[in-house]
Amino acid sequence: MTYAIIQNGDSRSFPEGDAFLAGGGVAGKAEVLVLLGRPRLAPDPAKAAVLVELETECLGFHTGEDMVEPSNVVGFARYRNGNDAPSPLVELVRQPNTTEDALAAARALFEGAGLTVVVSGDQAGRIIDRLVRPKYNAALKLLDEGLASQKDIDLTCRLGLGYADGPIERTMRGGLAEHHDISAALFQVYGTPAYAPARKALVAAQRRDEAE
Amino acid sequence: MSTPIKTVAVCGAGGTMGAGIAIVAARAGFRTLCYDTQAATLERSAKDTQAFFAKSVERGKLSPEARDGILGLMSRTSDLTDLAECDLVIEAVFEDLSVKRGLLTALDEVCRKDAIFASNTSTLSITEIAAGSSRPERVVGLHFCLPAQLMKLIEVSPGILTSKETLAAGLGWCAAAGQTPVLTQDKPGFILNALLVPFNNDAIRAIEAGVATAVDIDKAIKTALGYKMGPLELIDLVGLDTQVRLCEAFYPITLDPRASAPPLLRRMVAAGLIGRKSGRGFYDYSGQAMFGA
Ligand SMILES: NC(=O)c1ccc[n+]([C@@H]2O[C@H](COP(=O)([O-])OP(=O)(O)OC[C@H]3O[C@@H](n4cnc5c(N)ncnc54)[C@H](O)[C@@H]3O)[C@@H](O)[C@H]2O)c1
Repeated sequence: MTYAIIQNGDSRSFPEGDAFLAGGGVAGKAEVLVLLGRPRLAPDPAKAAVLVELETECLGFHTGEDMVEPSNVVGFARYRNGNDAPSPLVELVRQPNTTEDALAAARALFEGAGLTVVVSGDQAGRIIDRLVRPKYNAALKLLDEGLASQKDIDLTCRLGLGYADGPIERTMRGGLAEHHDISAALFQVYGTPAYAPARKALVAAQRRDEAE
Repeated sequence: MSTPIKTVAVCGAGGTMGAGIAIVAARAGFRTLCYDTQAATLERSAKDTQAFFAKSVERGKLSPEARDGILGLMSRTSDLTDLAECDLVIEAVFEDLSVKRGLLTALDEVCRKDAIFASNTSTLSITEIAAGSSRPERVVGLHFCLPAQLMKLIEVSPGILTSKETLAAGLGWCAAAGQTPVLTQDKPGFILNALLVPFNNDAIRAIEAGVATAVDIDKAIKTALGYKMGPLELIDLVGLDTQVRLCEAFYPITLDPRASAPPLLRRMVAAGLIGRKSGRGFYDYSGQAMFGA
C-alpha cells in the first residue's frame, strides 16, 4: 500500500528518524494520506483512507460530528509513554460513519509497517489511556496515603501481575506532568473522580507551568 | 535470612491456596503440617503435591533425593491439637470472617503462647480477623498469590494490634522461605487487588461503552504495556463469578465506583458465562475443551 506523509509538526507516533517516515511517497500518487503532528484535515475522498494523528482530542474534532456521509478519515495514535520509544501499538479510531474500506486500508498500512493494530471508538482516551490513567491515579494516591512504598507497589505489580514495569515507575518515567495533562483531558469528558489528576501529578504540572 | 521458625502449619491445606503454601514451606526446609477439616481434600492435595514434585524431578529442577526430603517434611492431619508445637500457623481457609475468627479462637487453645498466626485473606481485614484471637499482637497478614507454589510475591500486612516482633517474624519467614515480601497496610485489597479489581472492571466497562472488543482491549494492553495477560483474559482465568465476589467484598467498604461490579459482568455470570471453567466468558473455550490439551 502506497502512502504519503503530510507533516504539520512533531509527531509523537513517528518521531524523527522513524523508518515509517522514510517510506512515504508523493501525495498525489499515494493510496493513503497520513497526516502527522497536530494536523489540519483536508478531506480527500479519492484516497483509500486519510489517516489523522490524534493526541488527546477526539477524531470528531477534525471531522465534525455530523457523521451523515460515509467517511474515509480514520484517526490513529501510536501508544507512547512520555518520551519512551513509541510502542508497536497503533490505536485506530473510527466514527460510526467511517467506512470499513478505510479502516481496512489503515490496518493494512500499519500492519505492513510491522505495527500491531486495534480499533477504538471515538471516545476520550481511546483504549489505553482510558484504562491506565485511573490506575496510575489510584497508585499515586495509594502512595500518598502510605499504603506501601513506591518500590513495593511497583514490585507487587511486576511480580504479582506480570507487568513489565510498575505503575508508579512508569508514570514517573512518562512524566507526572504529562500524566496530569492526559488525566485532566479525560476528566473534562468523563467527570468521574478516577480521572481527576492525582495530587502528585497536579503538583508536577503546577511546577512545570510555574517554570515556563 | 535466618528465622527462628522451624515448624509451619497450613490450615486449609486441602484447598487451592493452602496446598500451594504448604509446598512453599516444605520446599524451603520447614517441617510442614497440612491441616484441613476435610480429610478427603487433604488426600487430594497430597496427590497433587506429589505430582507437582514429580514434574520438578522430571524437569531436572529437583533431584529424587531432594524430593523425598521435602515430602518427608510434610504431614497431614485433621486434628487441630496436632498443631500444638507449631511456630507459625498460616490460615488459608474459606474467605469468611466468622470461619477465620473461629479458627483463631480454637488455635488459641491449642498453640504455644509464642506461636505466630498468619492469614492469607484476600479481601478481609487482618485487624478484624485478629479480633478472633486473644493474642491479636501475634496475628499478621501473609497474602500469597495464585498459584502459591510458583509465585514469589507475598503481601505482608500488620493489623492495628500486630506487634513489631510479629511483623518482623512474618517478613523474616517470607525471606527464609525464598519468597519476596512487600510491606503493605491493612487496607482493602492490600496493593495487588486494590489496583487490579477496579482496573479489570474498567476493562469490562470499556466493552459496555462500545470502546472496543475484548480481543482488541487485551491486545492493546499487552502490546502497549507489556502485560503478560490482558484484563479480560485474566478475568476469564480467575472466573467472572470470582470477580463479582471481589467487587462485593470491596465496594461496600471502599465505596469506590470502580470497584463495583459492572452490569455486563453480572449479566454474564447470570448467563453462566463465568470464564474458562465454564467454557465461555469474554472468550469462547469450547474449541479447546472439545479437542483437549
Ligand atoms: N484462590 C485465590 O486466587 C486466592 C489468592 C490469594 C488468597 N486467597 C485466599 O486464600 C484463602 C483460601 O482460598 P482458596 O481459594 O484456597 O479456598 P479453597 O476453598 O480452595 O480452600 C479452602 C480450604 O479450607 C478448608 N477449611 C475450611 N474451613 C476450615 C477450618 N475451619 N479449618 C481447616 N480447614 C478449613 C476447606 O476444607 C478447604 O480445603 C481465602 O482466604 C482466599 O481469600 C485465595
